[in-house]
Amino acid sequence: MKAGIVSYGAYVPRYRITPAEIGRVWGSDGESMGEGLNVRRKSVPAPDEDTITISTEALRIALVRGAIDPQQVGAVYVGSESHPYAVKPTATVVAQAVGATPFLTAADFEFACKAGTAAIQTCLGLVGAEMIRYGVAIGTDTSQGAPGDALEYSASAGGAAFVIGQERVICQVRRTLSYTTDTPDFWRREGQKYPSHSGRFTGEPAYFRHVTECARRMMETEGTTPADYAHVVFHQPNGKFPQRVGKQLGFSDAQMRYGLVTPDIGNTYSAAALIGLANVLDRAAPHERILVVGYGSGAGSDAFDLETTDEIASFDRSHGRPVQWYLDSGTEIPYAVYAKFRGKIHMGEH
Amino acid sequence: MSIARFWRETPRRYNLGGSKCTTCGTTYFPPRAVCPVCPVHRQSIEKMIPFQLSGEGEVLSFTIVHEAAEGFELQVPYVLALVKTVEGPVLTGQIVDAAPEAVAIGLKVRATFRKLREEGKAGVIHYGYKFTPADDPSFATSARGPPVPAPAENPPRDRARA
Ligand SMILES: [Zn+2]
Repeated sequence: MKAGIVSYGAYVPRYRITPAEIGRVWGSDGESMGEGLNVRRKSVPAPDEDTITISTEALRIALVRGAIDPQQVGAVYVGSESHPYAVKPTATVVAQAVGATPFLTAADFEFACKAGTAAIQTCLGLVGAEMIRYGVAIGTDTSQGAPGDALEYSASAGGAAFVIGQERVICQVRRTLSYTTDTPDFWRREGQKYPSHSGRFTGEPAYFRHVTECARRMMETEGTTPADYAHVVFHQPNGKFPQRVGKQLGFSDAQMRYGLVTPDIGNTYSAAALIGLANVLDRAAPHERILVVGYGSGAGSDAFDLETTDEIASFDRSHGRPVQWYLDSGTEIPYAVYAKFRGKIHMGEH
Repeated sequence: MSIARFWRETPRRYNLGGSKCTTCGTTYFPPRAVCPVCPVHRQSIEKMIPFQLSGEGEVLSFTIVHEAAEGFELQVPYVLALVKTVEGPVLTGQIVDAAPEAVAIGLKVRATFRKLREEGKAGVIHYGYKFTPADDPSFATSARGPPVPAPAENPPRDRARA
């Protein structure tokens, strides 16, 4: 494939809350809940942050790092399940805010947690067909679990933007393929504030089956084994699922190490696998092979067989912050402040 | 503020779009059509070009707001500052992601894209620039971390060949 990753940027809001603090409020053992999920902290967006602002921050970093003229961007696609408007695209605001308007195509993607990887596939097609010079794919979420629900311990906020092009490619896309079925594991009906999920059903027939089938088909098609990859990145709704699926597929902890970011920032949904990939690219040297397998409920998996190029050695990452910085830093807040920030407190009508 | 007025101001609120006098080099935000610095104002009319500020600057002065303006109730107390940009123009903006006691004159800041206001639950959402500390000392600024070791037990085939 000629098209590949030209630049990338990630952004995670500053605030953090611990599972212990969430459990304290609901009278449950949050600490062991966190240990069970392998989530130490999750990120919390400030009251003035949403999917549009997080996407814009991530994309601005990517454009500066790649020294890309925004006017050369021919497509902006934002994948999310927390678009601020039900009708009115996130992508138009983001495109305008980075100076990419008006001659471009833009749209919002929705496929639970894999909308961002679906956007990357679309950009690869458009760039590969030479319909556009650069395509931008963003995965961002500010998702919420219902108060007291198991999801509340992990649902967080973050975003990552990837610029797809054919010039100065830092990470080549050798192949992408997907595995998609109609599986009702997790959903949110129009107008509902919080999602619903079918409990244990979200595991085996949903996440594990789709990720495993998709990863296996990729390795069969490419004639590879886990040993061929320097890094592997899975969708990570918590810190446990990706570790388990990685073990089942035959990957080591060392291969999974940098792709796993959920333990420190929580589940960023559409951004989860993409921030994991950004963390890998922050450290990768030329000619390292990377397997990425996203997952979105409903359900589907997108796999990418990637390989870094010589260009990554001279790629300027100095603008913006490395993912590791977001994993290490943050301001912890108590549940009351979290509830205020996330609109969980009824403020009356005004 | 009406939707139409806000929309007209989008370029400067979203992108810090100002103007620059190509005769004397002075930059303006909000953009100006005439340069008040050049001795013959009239001559500058054709010489003004659009100019985008970098968003880098430092706090010139600030105040801590305890009585929230409408729509800012969730953020009190918050800091409103005059920021002197590296290009020259002074902008008014909120400082976010910093405790009020961490803000001081001279603090280096950079522009960030945030929600400014919502017209109620059903109305339009307005976005624009605010400022955030450029180097936040309260963060543990770990660098990039150690370089990736090649997975010892499974050396990737591609690398072994190289
Ligand atoms: Zn002048």
